Amino acid sequence: MIELSNIKKAFNQGQPNEYWALHGIDLALEAGKVTAFRGPSGSGKTTLLTIVGCLSRPTSGRVRFKGEDISGLPERFLTDIRRQSFGFVFQQFNLIKGLSALENVILPAFPTGRPRHELVTAAEGIFDQLKLGHRSTAKVEWLSGGEQQRVAIARALINDPEVIIADEPTANLDTALSKEFMSILEGFTATGKTVLLTSHDPLVVDSTAVHRVVGMRDGRLTED
Amino acid sequence: MLFQPAIIALLLAAGLAVVMLAGVAPFAIQVIRHWDINSGSERQLALERRTYLFSTLLTFVLVAQLAALLLFVFNADRLSVMFVGAMCAVGTLNVNGWGFPSLITQMAVFFLAAMWLAINHVDTLARDYPLVRIKYALLLLLLPVLASSFWLELQYFLGLKANVITSCCGSMFSEEAKTIAAEASGLEPEPALWLFYAGMVAAIATPLWHWRLGSRISGFLTALTSGAGFVAAITGVLSFISLYIYEHPHHHCPFCILKPEYDYQGYWLYIPLFIATAAGLGAGAMQPFARSPSLASIVPRVSSRLAGLAVGGYILFTALATWFVLSSNLILIEH
Amino acid sequence: MNPWLEKQRHLIDFTLASLGRRKTKNIGLLLAYTLLVFVLASLTLFTHALRSEASFVLAGSPEVILQRMVAGRHDLIPPNYIEKIGRIRGVQKKEGRLWGYYYDTVLNANYTFMARSADEVADGYIMVGNALARERGLAAHNTISFRSYSGKLFTFEVSAVLSPDSELLSADLVLLSENDFRRFFEYPAGHFTDIALSVANPQEVRNIAAKLSSALPDSRPILREEVLRTYQSVFDWREGIVLTVLAGAILAFAILAWEKASGLSAEEKREIGILKAIGWETGDVIRMKTWEGLLISLSAFLLGFIAAYVHVFHFDAAVFEPVLKGWSVLYPRFTLVPTVDGLQIATLFFFTVFPYTAAVLVPIWRAAITDPDAVMRA
Repeated sequence: MIELSNIKKAFNQGQPNEYWALHGIDLALEAGKVTAFRGPSGSGKTTLLTIVGCLSRPTSGRVRFKGEDISGLPERFLTDIRRQSFGFVFQQFNLIKGLSALENVILPAFPTGRPRHELVTAAEGIFDQLKLGHRSTAKVEWLSGGEQQRVAIARALINDPEVIIADEPTANLDTALSKEFMSILEGFTATGKTVLLTSHDPLVVDSTAVHRVVGMRDGRLTED
Repeated sequence: MLFQPAIIALLLAAGLAVVMLAGVAPFAIQVIRHWDINSGSERQLALERRTYLFSTLLTFVLVAQLAALLLFVFNADRLSVMFVGAMCAVGTLNVNGWGFPSLITQMAVFFLAAMWLAINHVDTLARDYPLVRIKYALLLLLLPVLASSFWLELQYFLGLKANVITSCCGSMFSEEAKTIAAEASGLEPEPALWLFYAGMVAAIATPLWHWRLGSRISGFLTALTSGAGFVAAITGVLSFISLYIYEHPHHHCPFCILKPEYDYQGYWLYIPLFIATAAGLGAGAMQPFARSPSLASIVPRVSSRLAGLAVGGYILFTALATWFVLSSNLILIEH
Repeated sequence: MNPWLEKQRHLIDFTLASLGRRKTKNIGLLLAYTLLVFVLASLTLFTHALRSEASFVLAGSPEVILQRMVAGRHDLIPPNYIEKIGRIRGVQKKEGRLWGYYYDTVLNANYTFMARSADEVADGYIMVGNALARERGLAAHNTISFRSYSGKLFTFEVSAVLSPDSELLSADLVLLSENDFRRFFEYPAGHFTDIALSVANPQEVRNIAAKLSSALPDSRPILREEVLRTYQSVFDWREGIVLTVLAGAILAFAILAWEKASGLSAEEKREIGILKAIGWETGDVIRMKTWEGLLISLSAFLLGFIAAYVHVFHFDAAVFEPVLKGWSVLYPRFTLVPTVDGLQIATLFFFTVFPYTAAVLVPIWRAAITDPDAVMRA
């Protein structure tokens, strides 16, 4: 589904503090599977996820998504692809304070121009699946950590993407909540979604829900 | 110069537009020189982001220009009381030789900005932004037009001097009242009528054809007939439509119909006309690029939509004009 | 509904919520904006009302007034002067007028005394303007005495107080009979102050004036249209001067708007980053921010304009009165007829919304181009 060939990524190009986060990554990711990227911080796993998830473009190399080369696309079209095909769950959850859980969840669908009532119905459906229905009108800053993460997951699902990307999803959760998260993940694969996540939490990487673990260090893949 | 609020406002708006566009011109040059869609470099990313600034800016200039155009005419009409012999906007615009050139340049800026935005729009729909260099070269060409529009407006306003009483001598009768040169268009009503409706039929039929077909030739013709339709429409207003609205056989003014005395009928005519013409010109402006591979499917789609808008606008304009003529009590042509 | 419209609705929803969340920051800007609109709108509404008041008054005055000049100064019209004009085609009526100024030491103010025909004001009676009646506490059937320039005391009975409709010009007016006028000012018999001519066809006015100047070279015809024009340009000019003085305020406001728009808080930056990461495009953020600007502009405009309307038409423009009205000591306290004019609103829009939009354009763009992956890197 996603093929990367010789992906390189530099920051602060042409300046004294130039820094190469990725040194030529070749990788193919299958659809419908859970893939975990493991590695120490600074290994380039998050940078790789941003490239896969169309959040940024590689400095060089090719990205193919469903057979199409998307590495040279301008931001405008990358955003379209990202909105339709990728849902994100961030480490810090990144919810917008002051808005209710429901408002937060329907935000990614605003640019699509879908009518509001349709969005609200969809969001309520997702909330019921995630057992959050009773919290939908609460402001996000009043929610517990676990609830906040489920809101973030609901937000990732609102546009019904094929791929869910989660960056260190269990970093801010205790063991019980982390296990709950993993079971939600299994639910995704059951519905045919592809999941990509980064983690160095053994609870995640060694979980049976994860089909494949890719190791990374210093911007290169390591043998696993 | 007359020290008058609307004049200050107009000069402020025009000057600011020039300054803003001139301010971003160096960036346009950078885009032209360094654009490389295949590069993933940070510079390319920065250039891409700059394109958003240009389109926002041009949209702003377009909207401001439309508003300024209305204010310009509106104000000219109001100022007519200041000048001997001026009865309405025509008189004020004729006070010196800069009035009408200034008005025409401002309309040109409006239509050129609309055409640029049309090209910009199709370009941003294509995944490889094929027109970036052309677009920014055109933008640099637009800058002198905008600057000359500002300069003409400035000359015009600087040359306005009211005929007011001075403390030493109240009489200014040595000075003959100026003739209103543009008591325009001595065209007889009947040929004018034919010309007008022929122009409107062409201006409606061609975009209609383009709307169905989306072909390149029909696109070019749409722009052509829209331009011609605009001229025919203005001639029609000058030679007979205004007469019917005023119910007066010799009042040819294209501006008085904007006044409240005539129920603002002019706005109903001019707004569809300007939108239709801008849409028709925009549809044509993108045709030279229809052969570019990534635009091959986009240009016909967008331009036929614009053509549809042009058709609607011209139909509305023609229908309203006809209705104003038919409901008038004036009889110009005996049956 | 059309997805495009639906999308704009979503953006407006979001903007409203986000404005609500940052009340303190936005209220400051809104207040400054409203104040600017208020000041400018008061100014334009007031001058426009004065202008229409003046043209309303002039509408009733004669088309041409003929004055006689001696050594470049306005002088009395000698007897038989009117006959010397002879018949001019197009002149409907010509009559000599008698009027003058009287300085009242009680109020330290100048009054305009004007003679009227005997069937309007009988000998011994006067009609007085509204402001004068108010200041001197006069009503119909009261009597009042004036000491003439020659030192004699004259007593009149007030027959009526003039209607306050157009108080700007009639405020200080005293109407009296011709006999009383000549006796009060010891005006030489047969002489007049000036001559008023009525002309039916406005197109003819200039020709008639030209004939008058050639027939009577020592005279100066003053046309109503010229007076009107002079009034217009005087008011325009004053409005322009005040506007220029206020240009500093507009500039300061534009700088404030620029600063507010570019000085995004960390929280706001984070929000835009999140929006971009979850699928908002740069254009969407620009559009959302444009809606924000529009909403702020419209509310400030509406609030400021309504406040200015109340200020001018219900509180008689208390702030601007001294700058914009005449120099006369006896201020007419007239209620301005509320007039709102499209051109004024359009001009006002250009002076407020245009600088605001221009000032926030670049900051909006800068905010909108935040890296979408910024939230992942933090």
